[in-house]
Amino acid sequence: MKTFAYTIKDELGIHARPAGLMVKAVKGFSSEITIAKNGKTASAKKLMALMGLGVKCGDEIQITVEGADEDQAAAAVQEFLAANL
Amino acid sequence: MKTVSGKGVYGAVAIGRISVFKRQEVQVKRVRIERPELELTRLEAAKEAAISQLSEIYEKALKEVGEANAQIFEIHMMMIEDDDYNDSIANIITSQSVNAEYAVAVTSDNFAEMFASMDDAYMQARAADVRDISNRIIRNLCNRDTANAVSYDKMIVCADDLAPSETVSLDKDKVVAFVTAHGSSNSHTAILARNMNIPAIIGAGEEFLAQIHDGDVAAVDGYTGEMFVCPDEETLARMEKKQKEDLEKKALLQNLKGKENVTLDGKSIKIYANIGGVSNIGAVMMNDAGGIGLFRSEFLYLESSDYPDEETQFLAYKKVLESMAGKKVIIRTLDIGADKQVDYFKLGQEENPALGFRAIRICLTRPEIFKVQLRALYRASVYGSLGIMFPMITSVEELREILEICETVKEELRAEGVEYSESIELGIMIETPAAAIISDLLAPMVDFFSVGTNDLTQYTLAVDRQNPMLERFCDTHHEAILRLIELAARNAHAHGKWIGICGELAADTSLTERFLRMGIDELSVSPGFVLKVRDTVRKLDLSK
Repeated sequence: MKTFAYTIKDELGIHARPAGLMVKAVKGFSSEITIAKNGKTASAKKLMALMGLGVKCGDEIQITVEGADEDQAAAAVQEFLAANL
Repeated sequence: MKTVSGKGVYGAVAIGRISVFKRQEVQVKRVRIERPELELTRLEAAKEAAISQLSEIYEKALKEVGEANAQIFEIHMMMIEDDDYNDSIANIITSQSVNAEYAVAVTSDNFAEMFASMDDAYMQARAADVRDISNRIIRNLCNRDTANAVSYDKMIVCADDLAPSETVSLDKDKVVAFVTAHGSSNSHTAILARNMNIPAIIGAGEEFLAQIHDGDVAAVDGYTGEMFVCPDEETLARMEKKQKEDLEKKALLQNLKGKENVTLDGKSIKIYANIGGVSNIGAVMMNDAGGIGLFRSEFLYLESSDYPDEETQFLAYKKVLESMAGKKVIIRTLDIGADKQVDYFKLGQEENPALGFRAIRICLTRPEIFKVQLRALYRASVYGSLGIMFPMITSVEELREILEICETVKEELRAEGVEYSESIELGIMIETPAAAIISDLLAPMVDFFSVGTNDLTQYTLAVDRQNPMLERFCDTHHEAILRLIELAARNAHAHGKWIGICGELAADTSLTERFLRMGIDELSVSPGFVLKVRDTVRKLDLSK
């Protein structure tokens, strides 16, 4: 299992567009990828749940990746966050 | 004529025919079914159809509104494929043995509710996206067409609200405005209107749809958030004029924004804006003025029922200075009296108010009022580039007295340890013939002159500007006025000072060339005239 934190820098937070891109970016991995904010969690593969977290600029999110391809998946998530959020 | 009002989301004016957007309402009933697996198959087919419809819409949107705006339909497709959403639908169908339509409707309500209850306006608006995709699936399930609207060449689309997929299905070339009963500034209709540069009114209220009919002629004013349905001749003419001016201004803006105020032969001039309150700052920015050449401080006194205190004034001046971000802001000290009366000043009736107890004369008679304003101005000076200008000057003595009061104010602030800027420019209005004639004596005492042509005209020509019967005697281009301005300009420059014009005449483009030849350094005009004057300056060639 891999866990790490990330602070959102995008002005609008995880709004529809980046949430959609995130789902696209991680869909191919078999690992479970979970995003947590203030005790609420959502799978990074589920668009509406991800949007429902209501993550805003400045919020810190916790990312947990668990599964066979967790190394690659965690790297992909990290890369995605740095580039888009 | 009927007037519909709501919130305008894009400043523009449109005239066209109303096209009421009618949605095919599908009544979803809860029906018990025997074989849930058949419902799941129907559901899959409806979803597949929805995806293929959306990808078509996406392609269309891509061409019409660009990638950033088309992306919402990609999101819609992903929403349809969202695991939680689909699990919920399938679950309802199988566990309750109900029809797919009902399961989709209930799921839609639940997810829309989740977004609607979020504490962020953007996410709240996403509830509409959930309903939009769900309705699409339901329509596919019952083989219904999507909504439609009667098409006119210039159509004002009226609806309770418009979903993104619905706006894309409209013929954009023909839509000139949107008016919706609901919606927020974050709704797709609002965003789309801004992208299309057409006016939209949102939040017009449920009842407005009952008052309009397909084909009604209407005018939409996105500035005021009003729609005039079946306008009378006068209103229509007014709106046509407003539309024409709006279009001209925008065309000018496109061409002239960011350009310098320089003649063909390289002579440049500053073009600033005149404003009468903090609320006009937006107009100053929008019209690309280089600064504020006349900020009338009277509004602080006129809007108040008693003398505005130092703090109130300080905050207003600070706000305008900060908003202008370092660009010059010239604030004129209070110019009450004559045509601007304020009860609590108790000025009393006068035979000749224009020649009476007004402006700087009040300030010098009641220095305690004047000092409150000066203290507020000096305190605010650290927030930007401030100029202070004094109205109605006629003599060297008055000016000397004013400068002494300024020194006292500075000393007091220093003693209190309150900061102020050392680079404030002090200037006077040249609006009496006396000031123009002795401008050689006044120039060394100040940093700049600003010519107030309205009063200068009335005093030079002895014409009461409030009296309509005198209009034909009020020749604003009178050689006497122009010579006084020229004299003041010469004297200012002889002492290394700058001179501007802030009266009506500054915006008179038939005089721009003359002013430039006089060496006028700055013209300050109503925000709406900045670009018109810039346009004139850029076409002039003084070498000819």
